[in-house]
This record gives sequence, C-alpha cells and structure tokens, in this order.
Amino acid sequence: MIDREQVLHVARLARLRLSDAEVETMTGELSKVLDHIEKISELDLDGVEPTSHVVELENVLREDVPRPSISREQALEQAPDSDGTGFRVPSPGA
Amino acid sequence: MSADLLGLTGAQAAAKVAGGEIDAGELFGAYRERAAAEKLNAFLWVAEEAPAVADGPLGGVPLAVKDLFCTEGVHSAAGSRILEGYRPPYTSTAVRNLTEAGATLLGKTNMDEFAMGSSNENSGYGPVKNPWDETRVPGGSSGGSAAAVAAGLAPWAIGTDTGGSIRQPASLCGIVGLKPTYGAVSRYGMIAFASSLDQAGPLTRDVTDAALLFRHMVGRDPCDSTSTGHPEDIKLPEAERVDGMKFGVPPELTGEGVEPGVKEVFEATLKLLEDLGGELVEVGLPHSPHGIAAYYVIAPAEASANLARFDGVRYGPRKGNGDLLSLYEETRAEGFGDEVKRRILLGTYALSSGYYDAYYGTAQKVRTKIADDFRAAFEQVDLIVTPTSPTVAFGLGERTEDPLAMYLSDALTVPMPLAGIPAISIPGGLSDGLPVGIQLAGPAFSENRIFEAAHALEGAIGFDGSSARA
Repeated sequence: MIDREQVLHVARLARLRLSDAEVETMTGELSKVLDHIEKISELDLDGVEPTSHVVELENVLREDVPRPSISREQALEQAPDSDGTGFRVPSPGA
Repeated sequence: MSADLLGLTGAQAAAKVAGGEIDAGELFGAYRERAAAEKLNAFLWVAEEAPAVADGPLGGVPLAVKDLFCTEGVHSAAGSRILEGYRPPYTSTAVRNLTEAGATLLGKTNMDEFAMGSSNENSGYGPVKNPWDETRVPGGSSGGSAAAVAAGLAPWAIGTDTGGSIRQPASLCGIVGLKPTYGAVSRYGMIAFASSLDQAGPLTRDVTDAALLFRHMVGRDPCDSTSTGHPEDIKLPEAERVDGMKFGVPPELTGEGVEPGVKEVFEATLKLLEDLGGELVEVGLPHSPHGIAAYYVIAPAEASANLARFDGVRYGPRKGNGDLLSLYEETRAEGFGDEVKRRILLGTYALSSGYYDAYYGTAQKVRTKIADDFRAAFEQVDLIVTPTSPTVAFGLGERTEDPLAMYLSDALTVPMPLAGIPAISIPGGLSDGLPVGIQLAGPAFSENRIFEAAHALEGAIGFDGSSARA
C-alpha cells in the first residue's frame, strides 16, 4: 500500500511534477504493484546474502593517465542552453 | 525486392556477398526501401544511403539497431520524448564491434521508452504492430527490432534484455532472440535502464544468425568495467541431435498462467527433444515465482538512479518557467511517459529512507535464492526448457490499463537475468496462427551449448516464418 502523501513525497524526491489526476492513478496502480511485491516479505530469508551484482569482479582498475575524450564543443553541441564554455541554467537561488 | 534476396538469412546473405554473388550495396538498397516504406512503425530512423562497408565476416549485411544504442550523429532517443532529437557524440561498443565486422547500420528501431515495457505501447513515438496480426502487440521492449526481423524489413537486428525484452518480443513475433550471459557484451553506449540486468543480444531469423551476430558482439571493454567478454570462441552450431543432453522442466515456469495453446506447443516441443535423443528431467526452481516481485523492486530502483540524468540541462528539450526546480520538474513531467514515471516513483520509494531494507534488501536476497535454484538445477541438467511467454501476442490496448498484468507477461523470462544466465527463445510453432516461443536457458557462458541444442530443435520444428515477410 502507498497513499497519496507518500506518492507526492516520492515525486518530489524524484523531481517529477505530477498532476492531481496522475497522483490519483499512480496511488492506485502503485498500491496494486506493491501488494504483489510485498509477498516476498513472507519468505524465510534469514542468513541469505544479498546479490547486488551477478558477476564476481573486484577492483577493475586502469592506469591513471590522461586519454583523449570528446571536446568541449562536442559536449555542448546538444545543450538546450550554453554560453559556449558550459551548460547554462537558472541560478539555484533565483 | 526480389524474393530470393528477402528469403536469405543474414549468414546466407553474408556468404553470397563474400562469394560475389550479390552486391552489398544492392542488398542494402533493397532493405532500405522496405524499411523506409514500412507500416508497422518498427523504425524510428532509416539510413538515407548505404554507409561505407568495413571488410569483414558480416559482409555488408544491413543491421537494425534498437534506438537505445548510441550511434554517433544518428538519432538515439531510447524511445523517449525526453531525448527527442538527441544525436550522441559516440557509438556504443556493441554497434561498433558489429560494424567493424562488416554490418551496416540500416536504421534505429522503435522500443518501449527506456526499455520499460512488454508490448512496445510505452514508446514515446507510438506503438509497433505485430506483422503476424496488426491488431496485436509485437511484445517489448525490443518490439521494433523483433517486428522488423519478422516482417523482413531487416535481415537481423540487435536489442537489449533486462527482464525479457529480447526473448518475449522474439517469441511473440516468431523469431530467434538471445539474452546473453551478463557481462559477455559491453553495455558502453547503451542508454541504461537497470545496470545490473541490462544485456545486449541478437534478434534473428534463425539460430545460426544469432550465433554469428553474438560472436561479433562479445568482448571485454575497458569502457564497461562489468564486461568480461566470453571465455569460449562462439561456434556456428551444427548439431542435428541432442543425444545425451538432459533438459530440466521446471513446474514453476511451465504450469500456472501458461495458456492452453502455448502449453500444447510446449509439450510437442518436449516430445521432439526426446525424439532427438534428449532426456527430460523435472527440476525445481522454487523461488522463480517470486521473480516478478524481486525484479519490480530491483529494476525500478536502478532505473530511478539511472534516469536522474535526464533533467533538461545537457541534452534534450528543456521546459520550466525560469527557475531551476521547475526546469527539472517540468522537463521530466513532459518528457517521460506514464510507465517511466511509474517506475521512477516505485524505485525511488523502494530506495527511500525507512523502506530500503524491506524492499531493496529483501529483493536482493530473493535474487540470491533464484540464482541458487538455477545453480542446483544445473548440477542435474544441461539446459532448462520452458515456454518464453505465457501467452501468444495480445491485443493492442489489452493490458495498458493494468500495469501488474503487463508486468506478469515477463514471468517466465525474468528469473534468468536476475541470475545473470543466458537464455534463447526460438519459434516452437503456431497457436491459432500466432507464434509460440520456446525458451532454453543454461548456466553462465553456456551460449555454445544453447546454440547447439536450439539448432537441433529448430531443425526438428521446421518453423516457417515466411508468411510474416509477405
């Protein structure tokens, strides 16, 4: 179960603006999905190690030397707004 | 396009190009024309002209590529409006490996937005129709790639599979699809959905084509530190029998929820495996029925983090009314579709303070149990056989109002990526005129074994997909 307030809280955390109608639908749909998910809490999982990754790898390292990368011009080419040296956004204080 | 050209598999076309019997430019032109004129909405972008062909074993045979693979200077939006118009400055390793081996980029295929879906109805660019019945879905999320291959709009294609996104559309469209072992193929340049599950693989007309494409996709890549490459050389399969092989049949993935028509084709396939010299053994996968629940915690949790980067700052359209918060919130509200929003909310919730252990921690433990079940089963058997999808292709719109029903479409394909193991779907026959897929899964890095068994089975089944290419 998830209620309206929780959906709004999570939407704020995820920087998603939802319309009132969306909050309504999402609350219903997510509750139904969570009801299904919550069945796993009935399993006996004491002492089971969690799997975060299926490949056993550790410390994949490379030499710390500079390599060619894309240019600043290429990086800025797709920007919705740029001053030619960086991405331009409204001031966080505005 | 001549029927002769259209009738060739990718491997056959490559051999004819190499032998000088057909011209690579002519082959490309013929497919380009079909792809540009298609009515299934399978393609989001089709190449204007034949690219330069690298000399290689793939012989200039055109390749359709799922929209989420970055291709330098070419539309790559992962089926999302939030990346509309995006042309990446680099090419994904999987695509680069294939083009260096001689494949040519024919076009980018439609998909569920950010690979989230089982019907292709979550695309920001409209749904794809199933070439076997245009009132039905092609499956998803690699629905465009599957429909393109089934309809003969491309000789072969690549897609990605996170919970079934290669195998389920392959099943619903009557073609072959392989989800490789996690790590075999680099994820560099794939627009990420769930990084611990995502894996690229081929969608093809037959098993030989799948092996040939896969051979040229694998490799360790310094740009993806989780990539391992493959410990074996990938062989083109030749087996016509499966003598001595043991096939595990798990009741958990072959019984409940599987519709009668699918069950009928599945049972006929089991009989064929015995005729070919295989032995059937019942094996238990007791935690697999919890796969969907674990998956719908883990995949959305990873997605909520991966999709944080789409914020209107560096690429894609920007919305908002002058302040930074509304820039983020409006860009994401307008750019993402409903399913993507649903999963971001679900994943953010599962990772949020107070819920992390109950959801994410528990789901990761279930993942361990699912992988342990497979490990135990593979001590008894060589491969596991199940239907790929519990149903044949469903109607457009039939499951869009019920997210959980849509999620359960992947019940038989989700356990394998959770365990990181490979699985193939091949056409097993028709039920009421619609394709039914058969899934063969094996231990990590057993792709050669899977290809051999699938090749023998394919020969015995003798599936004819030519009517969908008409």
